[in-house]
Amino acid sequence: MRLAQYLRVFLGILNREAVRWFNQRSRFISALVRPLVWLGIFAAGFRFTLGLSIIEPYDTYIPYEVYIAPGLIAMIQLFNGMQSSLSMVYDREMGSMKTLMISPFPRWYLLLCKLMAGVAVSIVQVYMFLAVVWLGDLANFWEVSLPPLGYVEVLPAMILSGLMLGALGLVLSSFIKQLENFAGVMNFVIFPMFFASSALNPLWRVKESSLWLYRIYSVNPFSHAVELIRFSMYGKFNGLAAGVVAGSLLAFMIAAVWGYDPGRGLIAKRGGPPE
Amino acid sequence: MSSTALSVNHVSHAFGERKALDDVSFGIGAGDFTVLLGLNGAGKTTLFALVTGLYHSRGGSIAVYGADLKGQYLKALAKIGAVFQQSTLDLDLSIEQNMFYHASLHGMAKSVAAPRITAELERIGLNDRRKDRARDLSGGQRRRVELARALIHEPTLLLLDEPTVGLDIESRQFLLDHVRKLCAERGMAVLWATHLIDEADENSKVVVLHKGKVLAAGKAPEVIGAAGEATLRGAFDKLVGSAPAGKGKPQ
Repeated sequence: MRLAQYLRVFLGILNREAVRWFNQRSRFISALVRPLVWLGIFAAGFRFTLGLSIIEPYDTYIPYEVYIAPGLIAMIQLFNGMQSSLSMVYDREMGSMKTLMISPFPRWYLLLCKLMAGVAVSIVQVYMFLAVVWLGDLANFWEVSLPPLGYVEVLPAMILSGLMLGALGLVLSSFIKQLENFAGVMNFVIFPMFFASSALNPLWRVKESSLWLYRIYSVNPFSHAVELIRFSMYGKFNGLAAGVVAGSLLAFMIAAVWGYDPGRGLIAKRGGPPE
Repeated sequence: MSSTALSVNHVSHAFGERKALDDVSFGIGAGDFTVLLGLNGAGKTTLFALVTGLYHSRGGSIAVYGADLKGQYLKALAKIGAVFQQSTLDLDLSIEQNMFYHASLHGMAKSVAAPRITAELERIGLNDRRKDRARDLSGGQRRRVELARALIHEPTLLLLDEPTVGLDIESRQFLLDHVRKLCAERGMAVLWATHLIDEADENSKVVVLHKGKVLAAGKAPEVIGAAGEATLRGAFDKLVGSAPAGKGKPQ
């Protein structure tokens, strides 16, 4: 197979993801409204009760809205990764997954394309969110503004974090047998990952209140995704966060390829088709 | 290239304790229209999943035009067109979008895929509805689109798993005629799995699968003769009835 053919496979998968995303208007709207509710209501309420000291990457005292903005970007990507996972399970139940699986290209490559297409969608969603945040800042609705270069510098970080969260979604989709089981993902993956991370609370503050909780927050890859995004928004590089996110991406991707392997994976082991 | 389009050699497969296929062997030549005949639960769908590489068999080997499905599965998959029992269309996409999606998954350039898509859609009489969403089609129309889609990359082995289930008589006949014509005109090998005996005619090759085992394989008259019956239905009843724990009636 030639390189051009590999590219066509990716473009085909990307196009399908884009069309589906555009057709599903409720998904489109909720992906935008969810973080704005957090920013406009949750963060605005807490800004009067929470004080933040000067911590890296910030050079000055910041309002709480500014602190949680990177966490909300990562939240968009987390939900998007889980949404992709949900659509993989849905595709499997509806049968359309077979169209992908019988493509004469390596399965790891097909999964990678699916992953990259999901990340592309998540990044569009993030920029839509950032555009609304910017407008809100202009209208003095909140005080969340990025340095102009930050909008560009955050992109590589978002690609890496999006890939990591998307790969986690792929792993979950290979484990989840039925669509009904997906509610468990909300309770056992999305909520714990989001709340036990530095998205809403700085780690130093968590450490002050509970050491074991701090350890959980510190090993949560989502915390590192948030910090990677946070630092890159201000033109700084967080090596530890980048390393943990890249390592988690690799581990999740290996697990996903194993899960979808026709010879070894979980899909082959359980159940079998209805006759 | 091997003249044997599909070669299934001593294939066994189990899901946990449940044995779905037990030492299954048969071959299909290029240009053959082969009917895989079996009751519900015979193992047809499992066999299709193995032949299309959805998962690997626990024992035995499967080759498509000489390409082994474990060692050279990409080469094998490139030659296969498949219509599964369960619809695999993306209902949220239009007919055209489903077709182009499939073409891209085979690495085809748009300029190559577009005329083929038009030709296949015209052949099934749905070219004027190409912008319609798959969700808006009837069961019979969806099946036609799936067949047309399976042909875009010009496969040399076409697999159809119970393609006429739930279709009215007219749609059923259309599909059968269309596939037989493809077989004759393009020299395409076809494996047509069904539990409907009348879908096999006297020129068909027949593989009788029951409870995961092949009970008979050969041209329809040979299978009928070997069973000492006058019709394929009689031969099938006899074979299935004499098999261990054989139950059920074909339609």
